[in-house]
Formats: sequence, C-alpha cells, structure tokens
Amino acid sequence: MSSKPHDHSHGHSHDHSHEHGEFSDLSDTELRVRTLETLLTEKGYIDTDAVNELIDTYETKVGPRNGAAVVARAWGDAEYRTRLLTNATAAIAELDYKGRQGEHMIAVENTDTVHNMVVCTLCSCYPWPVLGLPPIWYKSAPYRSKVVIDPRGVLEDFGVEISADKEITVWDSTAEVRYLVIPQRPSGTDGWSEEKLAKLVTRNSMIGTGYALNPDQLVGEVQA
Amino acid sequence: MNGGQDLGGMQGFGPVIEEQNEPHFHADWEARVLGLVLATGPLGLWNIDIGRHARETIPPQDYLSFSYYQIWLAGLEKLIARNHLLDEGVTAKTKGLTKLTLKNVATTLARGGPANREAQSAARFKVGDQITTRNFNPTTHTRLPRYLRGHTGEIVIVHGAHVFPDDAAHKELHDRGENPQWLYTVRFKATDIWGPDKNPNDHVHADLWEPYFVQ
Repeated sequence: MSSKPHDHSHGHSHDHSHEHGEFSDLSDTELRVRTLETLLTEKGYIDTDAVNELIDTYETKVGPRNGAAVVARAWGDAEYRTRLLTNATAAIAELDYKGRQGEHMIAVENTDTVHNMVVCTLCSCYPWPVLGLPPIWYKSAPYRSKVVIDPRGVLEDFGVEISADKEITVWDSTAEVRYLVIPQRPSGTDGWSEEKLAKLVTRNSMIGTGYALNPDQLVGEVQA
Repeated sequence: MNGGQDLGGMQGFGPVIEEQNEPHFHADWEARVLGLVLATGPLGLWNIDIGRHARETIPPQDYLSFSYYQIWLAGLEKLIARNHLLDEGVTAKTKGLTKLTLKNVATTLARGGPANREAQSAARFKVGDQITTRNFNPTTHTRLPRYLRGHTGEIVIVHGAHVFPDDAAHKELHDRGENPQWLYTVRFKATDIWGPDKNPNDHVHADLWEPYFVQ
C-alpha cells in the first residue's frame, strides 16, 4: 500500500521481492520518483549505492545529537563556549561536524534577557551537520510565515511560556549562514558530564521553539 | 520573485503543529527524492541558487499545497528537463558528466558548498551602521524577502563577500557569474517591520547583501 510505512533503513534500493505485490498500489508520486531514478541511473547520471549512502547518512549518522554534543560542551567548557560564540564553524568542526549546510555557522546564545529563534522564511535552510534534516513543521507554511511576525504565538503553539519582558530575536536564514541556538543550561546540573548534559538538549531547544529539559524531565524520558 | 516561497508575515495558515515521533521520511519516495537531489547536484549543472529558483517558480497554489519533498521533486524535474538530461540519445557520457560515486559521498558532504569568495571591493558598511533596504519586486531570484523591503535596520555582523544569489541564479540571463557581494546580518526592530502593536523588545535578523541596501 502506498500509505504503508516501509522499512526505510533497508528499503532504499528497489526490492524486487515486494515490488510486484505493491506495484499497482503505487501513487503517482512514487511512480514519478521511481521512473526518474531508473532513467537517471540508466543514463549514468547517478549511482544507486551513492544515493543509498546519501540517504543513510542523514537517516542514521547526522542528527540533533551532534548539536546536543556541541551545546553540552559549551555549557561545561567556558573556553569552548567563547570559541563557539566567536567562530562557530571552527568550534563545531572541532567535534568533526562540518560540511553541507553548515559551511558558515553562527551560534546564538539564549540568556535571561534574550530568547533566539531560527527560521528560513524563503525555503528550508537548516544547519544539517548539527541538527540533521529539518522536521516538517520547520519547512511548513505555518512556521515560516508566522515566526517572524508573531514569534510569541509560535512559542504558544509549542506550549512554551515566555515573559513579555524578554527579547525574542528571530534569525531568518536568508543566505548561506546557518544558525544554532545555545539554550540556557538548566539549573540542578552542576558537575554533570558532557554526555549527561547532552541528554537535556532537545532539537527544538536548538531551533528556539523549546527549552532544554530540566533534570526531572530527563528522568521521565529515561523511564519512558 | 514574489512567489509562493516568500512566506514571511503571511497569516491564516493556522497554528504550527509538531508531529510527535516524526520519522525522517513519511514514504520511501521522500528518501529517494532527498538522495536524487543530493546526488545530482555534484554533476555541476546547477548551483544552489538555480535550484532554489526552480522551486520558487512553482505556481503559488501548487507550492502551498505540496509537501516539501514534492516541492523538491518538482524543482528537480524542472532542472533535469531544462538540461535535457533525459532526452533521446543524451547520457552522462554524451554530456561529459561524472556521477557521484559511493566512495566520494562522505568527502563531498564534508566539503559542502562554501559561499564565501574573495571580495571585489571594500565593504561599504560596518557593524553599527544603519541601512535601509531597497523597495523592489524583481520577477527573478532574490533573497530579500518582501517583509524586509524598504525597512531600516542595523548591521550587527559583517560576513565577508558571498556569492550573490540574485545573479548566480540566472546564468541564462547574463554573464555576471557568482558576482560576490558583501554579506551582512542586519537587525530590525519588530515594531519597525510590523507596526507599533508588536512587542518593543522583539527583533528580526536577516542576512542581506550590499546591493539590497539603498546606497
């Protein structure tokens, strides 16, 4: 069935063992994509193994755990934090996160007085090396249209409370510069290791649509 | 161009809804589209700005009803058609193109596509300067969103010279190439952009090239 979730981790290549049973159920879009890929392959423009590897990279290797490691290090290491705030591209590369859609990085820090939020109103620019592929809401019209004109309304949509006294500053990624939000370090985490701190750092907290988890929320996460 | 992509400040789309436990892809074809877009880029037939322009020229009624991977697919199909890649008798060999191979994937992604270039002139602005953006409505590619045209803001970061998308997207129209221009992060007050009922504490930043400023 076209709506049936496939096994993505192994389903990238055309699996002939199930293709026959499903062929008649393929949607127009699926057929268009299959036809396109087949023709591009036959004519020598693409290599199936390379396509599979590209998908696998962003499905299993690159994701928000990378950004969480960067944030946790900045929380625990004052010198690293300074390097991150002055030359984010180089500081992030220290952890070996670099390349496509992270060529020119800027880290922006949340404080008691400023809350940062990141968007790309014109398309879907997003810091891939540290956050992986963007979630659907980030690419969607509601977020892209609203966050620049009504950031407080967006935070409400995410169930995030914020004081009217606090500055909200939105970063619209209109060029090839990509932004990473450093959320505030939660209290009650003194002496924590970087590994443990990283568990508090959610994807949304690095976009600005959430805060880092509190230690008591982490307990809930682990139990769940 | 004032297409369906230029969404900043539009109203009426409803709340932002986050899908819980969202998968990377909602169907296999979405993963394949990601892979095809990333694999065809290194053929060198188009740059990121040409790719974006292919997507923003999707009619707004379609752009706004498509999922993001449908937008990517429609854009990729345009680029392939425009370059005649699937025409009878045309192949990578006849085009003299080299495909991305498995062993080059990691290095290609790690290299990425840096947009900084050597500056052709000195920067005209510095941190702290006030600038006013131009009011224009080109039918061609631009990265100055509608909601930031004709507004005054303050330069907070000078990035150096970067590829100028308005020119780099249109090699069919002129031979200016990448035409690198100084890129700045500009800070605008929310009340200046949207009016006095907005929170006076709030700001919007955008990365804008020197030709976007009233000189």
